[in-house]
Amino acid sequence: MKEMNLSRVSSHAPLWPSLAALVLSTVYLIALLAVEEQTLIIGLLAAAGVAVIAANYVGVSDAVSRSFAEHESIFSLCAVVAAFAVAAYFHDNHFVLLLVVTVILYIVATLGLNVQFGYSGVLNFAGASFFGIGAYTSAVLNAHTAVPTLLVVLIGGVCAALIGSLLLLPVLRTRGHYAALVTIAFALLFKTFLEVNDVLGGPQGLQVGGMNILGWSFNDNLSIGDIDLSFYLNYFLVSMLLLIGAFVLVRRLERSWIGLNLDALRLDETAAGCFGLNIARWKIVSFTLGNLLIGMAGALFGMVGSFIAPNNYTFADSLILVSILLLGGIGNVWGVIVATIIVVIVPEKLQTIQEYRFLIYAILVIAVLLFRPDGLLPRPVRRYFPGARS
Amino acid sequence: MTETVTTTTATNPAILEARGLTRRFGGVVALDNLDLTVNASEILGLIGPNGSGKTTFFNVITGIYQPSSGTVTFENADVTGASPQKMYHVGVSRTFQRSRLSLPLSLFDNIMIGNHKRLNQGLWFNLMRRSAFKDEFEKNFQAARALLEIFSPPLVKRMFDPVGALPMIDRRRIEICRALISEPRLLLLDEPSAGMTHDETAELMNDILLVRDQTRNLTIVIVEHEMGMIERITSRCVVLNFGRKIADGPYRSVAADPLVQEAYLGTSV
Repeated sequence: MKEMNLSRVSSHAPLWPSLAALVLSTVYLIALLAVEEQTLIIGLLAAAGVAVIAANYVGVSDAVSRSFAEHESIFSLCAVVAAFAVAAYFHDNHFVLLLVVTVILYIVATLGLNVQFGYSGVLNFAGASFFGIGAYTSAVLNAHTAVPTLLVVLIGGVCAALIGSLLLLPVLRTRGHYAALVTIAFALLFKTFLEVNDVLGGPQGLQVGGMNILGWSFNDNLSIGDIDLSFYLNYFLVSMLLLIGAFVLVRRLERSWIGLNLDALRLDETAAGCFGLNIARWKIVSFTLGNLLIGMAGALFGMVGSFIAPNNYTFADSLILVSILLLGGIGNVWGVIVATIIVVIVPEKLQTIQEYRFLIYAILVIAVLLFRPDGLLPRPVRRYFPGARS
Repeated sequence: MTETVTTTTATNPAILEARGLTRRFGGVVALDNLDLTVNASEILGLIGPNGSGKTTFFNVITGIYQPSSGTVTFENADVTGASPQKMYHVGVSRTFQRSRLSLPLSLFDNIMIGNHKRLNQGLWFNLMRRSAFKDEFEKNFQAARALLEIFSPPLVKRMFDPVGALPMIDRRRIEICRALISEPRLLLLDEPSAGMTHDETAELMNDILLVRDQTRNLTIVIVEHEMGMIERITSRCVVLNFGRKIADGPYRSVAADPLVQEAYLGTSV
């Protein structure tokens, strides 16, 4: 045991295993997105399952995770490049690019949820509602004002955070399951509120104006020379920027005294209080920051989809966000990314299971909780400056 | 109570004074009009049968429970009914009877939880000024390392292992490190030997004495059931029974007190 730990600190795991895994996953993802035939897709999914189990069995995944842990920052850069490679490959394919943008924005939202659930343990079962607040904010602002659309994204997040603060009082006065019930009630109320509110379009919903930065309209197709590009590439760029910002923010948060505070209060409020931690303050910080990220993702997603309706922001959608978190490994930002890719892309490609997607999510969550309660990628112990000695 | 012996190291001023401290839970009186003085730089043993109010006393002092009546003074300031946060900030630190470490977190993280008041908690500092944060991290890493070095040098190499992987005695050590890292004025140890073997307990007590010798101005109150340990490390003992103080003095004299023997062994009919 001791030797193992020593070797982990002093040895230098090579970079290539994690990079190889990344390249393989990217190629696989492109193949999965490109293929249309249902049997082929099922075959690909089965192959991925077998490959992951086999990699675990022969110890390849160990090598990959060690290499990843030591070279995380380089790996992160390469992951960004990989995302751009996927987008470049599908540069003229509206459907796939929309799917990719959906994945990216869902990752941003789930990162926000991760700050709440994963770090401070504030249970939020109204994720989709805060996502919706962002989307409705951009619908209203784009239709009635000339606020720059980039700023609208930020305002969407701020609105979600502000409306979320209405929930703070009941959330702070209750613990655990009771706080969860408060957010469930909010999720149900929110959808009803949208449905009866004619100003916000009622059940039919609203059109959302597209993004426009200094005359660069995002809803026009582009072309470079002879190559035609889908207009979704615009949204892909902005979504990636938002994702990178959110990821860096959440990563730094985790690797700071604040991340430590949030963990301490999740694990033992009483003990944390005995060491000076202001419980209410840090719950407010994590709840507000989480809602800010969810709202920003929602505001941008509203513009991407150009149409929103109350049915997109139901309690069931909130549960999907939570199930992404459970599947990926609560508290692990990389787990969030992997799980979002799976949960968003698989039902979309596998048209045969579309109708049963909620059934499949439910089975997935139960299976994860039973057989791998820490998720696909369990959260590792915090390293403040990984790669360095500590 | 006139016969209770009050031979204290009279030169030292009181660091903590409880006067008429009472705490009721419904009909149960867990602390009953308790007067208790802790003198600066002493090691005070707090003993008594199960349910006599020792842990309740700690919980009232550290603000987890509010007193029903009575006053608490710490370093001449009134701290009656202060919050746990306030008590930590004035310099009172504690361990828990049922070790309350955060098991999934690393040794370092657990120790740093105890260092809360010395860490820069600003959002901007933590998120945006990473190089300044790194300096602060390094400084505190060295402090945690130095403290752990006293208790158990082998643990230094495991600073970033989860605490859940450690045996009970090491968890106790980490808990004490967490209480000591912020250099408190008063340390409350609630049954540090619970769940440990006799030898492990002896080892831990040596550690505590060692730390006290290295730290000036540290006052310790210890709740303990192992009387051998109490005799060895305390300079004075207070015995509680049904929330009342029944004896106060050096271990030998309180152990000989008929009231104390009655509390532990019952009345002879």
